[in-house]
Formats: sequence, structure tokens, C-alpha cells
Amino acid sequence: MKFLFNLLVLVILVVTLFVWVQLPWIAVLVLVALFAAWMGLTRRGRQAASVTGVGVSTLKQRLGSSSVVVIGIAGVVGVLVALLAMGEGYAETLQKTGSADTAIVLRGGSAAEVSSVLSNDSIVVIEQAPGVARDKQNKPIVSGEIVVAANLPVKGGGPDDDGSVQVRGVGEQAWALRPNAKIVAGRSFRPGMRELVVGQGAQRQFAGLQPGHEVKLGTQTWDVVGVFASGDAYDSEIWGDANVIADTYRRGSSRTSVFAKLTDAKALDTFKASLASDPRLQVDVDTTLNYFSKQSEGMSKVMRIMGITVGSIMAIGAIFGALNTMFAAVATRAREIATLRAIGFRGVPVVVAVMLETMMLALLGGLLGGLLAWLIFNGWTASTLAAGTTGQLAFTFKVTPGLLWEGLKWALAIGFVGGLFPALRAARLPVTTALREL
Amino acid sequence: MKYFHLIWAALFRRKTRTTLTLVSIAAAFLLFGMLDAVRTSFDQAGKSANGAQRLQTGSKLSFIDTLPQGLGQKIAVVPGVKSVAYANWFGGAYQDPHNQVFTFAVSDNYIDQYPEVAVSADARKAFLDTRIGILVGEKLMEKYHWKIGDQIPLQSNIFPQQNGSKNWTFNIVGVLHPTDSSVAFYGQIILMHWKYFDDAVMKGYNNGQVGWYVTRVNDVNQADQVAKAIDALSANSDHETRTQTEAAATASWMKQLADIGLIVGSIMGAVFFTLLLLTGNTMMQAVRERTSELAVLKTLGFSDRGVLGMVLAESVLMVLLGGVIGIGLAAVLIPGVSANSGGMLNLPTVGAASWSLGIALMLVIGLVVGAIPAWRAMRLNIVDALAGR
Repeated sequence: MKFLFNLLVLVILVVTLFVWVQLPWIAVLVLVALFAAWMGLTRRGRQAASVTGVGVSTLKQRLGSSSVVVIGIAGVVGVLVALLAMGEGYAETLQKTGSADTAIVLRGGSAAEVSSVLSNDSIVVIEQAPGVARDKQNKPIVSGEIVVAANLPVKGGGPDDDGSVQVRGVGEQAWALRPNAKIVAGRSFRPGMRELVVGQGAQRQFAGLQPGHEVKLGTQTWDVVGVFASGDAYDSEIWGDANVIADTYRRGSSRTSVFAKLTDAKALDTFKASLASDPRLQVDVDTTLNYFSKQSEGMSKVMRIMGITVGSIMAIGAIFGALNTMFAAVATRAREIATLRAIGFRGVPVVVAVMLETMMLALLGGLLGGLLAWLIFNGWTASTLAAGTTGQLAFTFKVTPGLLWEGLKWALAIGFVGGLFPALRAARLPVTTALREL
Repeated sequence: MKYFHLIWAALFRRKTRTTLTLVSIAAAFLLFGMLDAVRTSFDQAGKSANGAQRLQTGSKLSFIDTLPQGLGQKIAVVPGVKSVAYANWFGGAYQDPHNQVFTFAVSDNYIDQYPEVAVSADARKAFLDTRIGILVGEKLMEKYHWKIGDQIPLQSNIFPQQNGSKNWTFNIVGVLHPTDSSVAFYGQIILMHWKYFDDAVMKGYNNGQVGWYVTRVNDVNQADQVAKAIDALSANSDHETRTQTEAAATASWMKQLADIGLIVGSIMGAVFFTLLLLTGNTMMQAVRERTSELAVLKTLGFSDRGVLGMVLAESVLMVLLGGVIGIGLAAVLIPGVSANSGGMLNLPTVGAASWSLGIALMLVIGLVVGAIPAWRAMRLNIVDALAGR
């Protein structure tokens, strides 16, 4: 009988947790409202409220052990939110790169820009394709670009500590194609010159990328003449004139990719169809938005799995910590609870009171953990070698409201599990034994 | 040691509480074991006795720049060089262009540079005899259910053949069996002939270039000098090189990938801080409950210091018990995680270094946690304690 009861509790627990994870915030709000109504309007509810009140008023005497629940859960939520914020920041940086009305053209079957090659003939054909927007001089807004890599000394590293940075040779229309990118210091490079503008992220990461400095790129020395900011993945790149970079890297007139501004987002199909039907070309076409988002998929999935694995293991530790504290709390209040039941309080208010107390502590822990993660990690800069690029991608941790909400849900779930068993024990304790105890 | 059963009995005085605390400690150390495995796998990549003998020479400009094949003969005659091999990135993908399979086009003697990657004599011979032959890592063989003798199509996402097609066909002639965790990577890659690659690739795409050279040196202690001598060969040319030991080269890649030390460090900091609080609280409770028992012990003649030692021993024992269970669990789970990650993770199992670091941590945490309760127990006044004041 007891075994069956425990089994039932376990099944209910698993189902509740499963439903809880899926629950949107609206449903949670409704749940809270229903619960509050029950507490205020029914006899049982009012009983539960008063028992909870008694429990909460004794919290002060159990400050040490109660803080274990709060801090344990704060630790779980803090680490979880921080790790998820890393994945979120990474994905966001790539996802906001590009737009729905610019297309990227790569050689067919190329997984990334760096492995693609497009001949000059193909580029000319692509420029004239229907769907491409034109500027005031009626020139197509298209930029044939070349992506290469360069080793540069890392800021704050040893003498031999080089990192890889993505170098992009761009055409005249590159700025028109990327309205986000703006020069914030110095000036833009002049066509035909060995001049570079560096992204803000790249400047932060590598040494000697101030305007006025010289860097060695390929076999030649280049002048850094400006800094640009775009707030997305381009920030980690260095830009120069495509023709000069192609010469330096012995690429002749070929390019790695073509970026084209479309007349509007709907023109993609026309543009794509016309390139697909052209026998001179064998290319893949996608919007830049899609292309960059896709690059982030694998890595952000890995980061998310890592966060959830670490969070789960920590959560197990925190659940048992909470169980411990609440069992102790119930044990010290065994007589008090037994007295309540002897004078006519039923089991439900007692269970609710203990659970509510644990959940309140958990909520506090969740808020604390989320706040810490936000204070410490929001805006923290990190970098990694991103898939599909040749250089390091700088990104900032993003502690979003969504992540904080997810953290709170975890906290409450831990509180729920940690409170349930002690609550059941409190309600099932034989009154006579409990009254006689100590 | 003669008081061991007393300490043990004290520890399990409250079974539920101790069990719950033990599970918490075990969870913390399970995490420690796994994260430390990740950290060591990053730290140790490329660091082995064989790895120390190998130098990697690549273009100084960037990792996508190539070097002339002729450089190999010059490197071979640098004093201290035992043998030199070369390889090129092929950029293979199987079935879907996004399903990457690391594929290198290598010189005939490339595999000799890696004695810790076992290849049977038959496979070696078959590889040399077959123009379109490939050697495949054992993990890849399992993953795609390939057999020796299979003919498989690979796409290159960089290199087209003479006819313009990027679909290449190869014959599997042998399997690469890495015998050391530092070269576990070789279980997941494909090696093809550089000669065939250079002949078959579309004109203008490779032109006899190689991606990097792998050199073995006679004497590990001379590795740095040899590296400098190799770089001096092409100084001031249009293909300057950078030569590093395998360990240094791998470390530099890993560092660019992620600052694992920092991430692991901050997670573990949060975990252990929480753990300290949790177990500290348990120990406080345990001692508070037993005040009268401790007083009885003192009445019987146990010295203040003896009581202090017993409480400290109890907390250390508790953390040790939980910790060993946790790390043990990590040791059991890690191979499963590696196997299920589909080759993305290759974690070494918990090594001696992780164990000793873990046990040191357990001792420290046990002592810190037990300090205050033990101090209280030592200062206990018999009369007050027995009177319940």
C-alpha cells in the first residue's frame, strides 16, 4: 500500500514536471490566480494560508538552513542562465547578421563562403540577373567578395600567440548592402590601395588594429585607416578592397561569394530561379539572413545542451539540499503540525503550507541567481572559432527575459520536488507519535 | 583509526539526512569529474611523447594559405629531422554537403609519422597500391557501417575534379585504429593520396601545393632549434612558414575555440560554494543535535582535541564518501557520453590527475565545512551541555 502510494506520487511528480516545462507564462499566471482564489475563498484555502503564515514567521529562526535552499537554487539558476546566455548571445550575433532582402550567392555545394569560388564571368552574369536592386546611377547593388584568413597577434598574448581573423575583400557596394555597418573612427579604405578598415570586435581582440598602424597581411604591409561597427558578425572581420586582397592572396579575378541587394524580399524567388536556369552557372542562392542563421545552428545547439546538462546535475544536488532542509524544518515543527492536525486541520492545508514555503524560498533563489547572472554576465564578451568562417567570432552573452523566465521555472521546479516529500511526510505523520516526540 | 566505528555511527545517526547530503555531494563531484575531463581533453590534446617529436609547419599568413611541395625536400635535409610528410585539406562531406567528414590528402609516408595510429601491414600495402584508396578512422567505419572494400562517394566542398564534378569516389582499403587518446581524432578522419588528389583536381585549384608539413625530429630536446631552422628556409620568401610542436599548435587552436579553463573554473566555483554551504549546514545540525552526546564523551575522558578531531573526521569522511561516489559515477558515465555524442566529444575517462585533484578538494572542503562545528564541539562546556543550556 505504501509502495503504491509512493509510486503514485512519483508518477504525479514526473507528469507535473513535464507539463511545467511546456507551460507558457500565461498559463502560469492563470495557475497562480486560481491558487490565490482558492486560498482566499475556500475554508481549506484559508486554513492553508494561516498555516503558511505560521511557517513563514518561524523562518527567521531557521535562517541558516533556509538560506541553503535559496543559495543552492541561486547557484543552479545562475550557472544555467549564464551558460544559456552564452549560446543565446552567439546565436543572436549570427542571426542578426544579414537581412531578408539581400541574397548571398555561393558556388553550388559549398558549405561556407571560404570554400566557395566564383569566376569573374559568373559574377558578371549574377549582376545582371532580374530581382537585383539598382542604385541612382542604375548600377546593380552587388558586391563580389573574397573571404580569406590572416594570422594576427592576439591582444595581451605572448609573442607567438597568433589568432585567426576573417579578412573580407569587398566591392564598392558593400556599404550599401550592409546599412548596419558604419565607420566609427578614421575613414573607409580607398579602392586600389592597401588599406584596411577593421571591425570593432576584431579591434578588441587583436593587437595593433588602431587607425594609423600598419599590419602585415599576406606578404605585404597594409595601413589600418578606420574602424567600423555593425553590431553583428561582421564586427569580427577586417575589410579591404576586394581587388587588392585578391591580388595579395593570388586569387586573380575570382571571388568567394557574391552579395546582392534585391528589390524586395519577394524578389528572391525570381532571382534564384533565373540563376538556377542559367546554364553558365552552378550556384546556391540564399538570403544572407538565412545563411548566417544556419551557421549558428550547430554551435548554439551544443552550447544549449551543455548548459542544460550542467544545470540538471546541479539541480539534482540542489533538490537534495532542499529536501534535507525541509525535512529538518518539518521535523523541528513536528509537534506544532501534529497539534494543528489534532485540533482539526486536515492534511491538505499542511501539505500546501510546506510546499508553499519551499517554493517561496526557491523563487527567492531563482530571482537571486538570475540577478547575479544578469549582473555578471550580461554583455560579457567571448569569442570562438565559428563554423563556416575563417576567423574568431566575438559575441556577447545575452541574458534575455526569456532566459530569466526559464531560470525561474527551473527554480520553482526544484522547489516543488524539494518540498513535496517533506510536505507529505508532515501530513502523514501519525498525530499521536508526533505529539509524544521529544 | 580505532574510533572509526564511532565516527561512522555518528555519521549515519540520521540516515535520511546523511543520505540526502551524500547525494548532493555526489552530484557536485559528478559535475567536477565530467568538467575536469573536458578540461583535460582540451589541455592534453597533442601532448604526448610521440606528439612532442612532431613539428607542424604551416603558412605563416593564415591557415588557408598553402606551401610549395618542393619545400619538403629542403626540410628533409635540415639537421635533426628524421622524416617529413605532408598533407592537404580536402574538405570532404558524405551524402549531404553539410555532413562534414574530415578528409586529408596525404603523402605516402604520412601515417608513418603517427606510430600511435595503428594500421595493419595489409592495409598499408593496399593503400600504397590503390590510387583511389583511402584509410578510414574506426569510428567513422562504425558510424556509416562501412566495410573494407566498399566504394564510397565523397563530395568535396572546395575541390572539383577535372570534369568539374565535386563528387569523388574512393575505395576503402584499411582502417585507422588510434591507440592513444591524444590521437583519438584519427578515429574520425579519412586519409587519401595527395598524389591522386593533385592529379585529379581541376587545373588551377591546387598546382602542387600542400597545406602543411609534419616533421619528426630525432631528438625532442632539439625540436625548437629544428623548428627555427625550418622557418629559416623560407624566410623573406612569398611563402613564409610557421613551425610549432604539435602540442603548441593544438593548444593555440583550442585557445581560439574557447577559454575552457575560465568556463569550467567559474561553474565549479559556483558549485563548490553552494556545496560548502549545504554540507556546512548539515554538519552544524548534526553537531547541534548531538550536544549532549558530545558532552557525555567528554565526561568519559575524551580530550577537547579528540572531540575536535572526531567532528572534523566525520565531515571529511562525509565529503569523501559523497565525492568518491560522484567521481566514480563520472568515470562510469563519461565513456557513454563520448559514445553518444556522435564523435563531437572525445572525453578521456577520469585520470589519476583528476582523481587526486578531486580528493584534495574533498579533504579541503571537508575540513572547511567541519571547522566551525568542530570548534564548537571542542569548546563545549560539559555542565552546560548536559543541562541542555
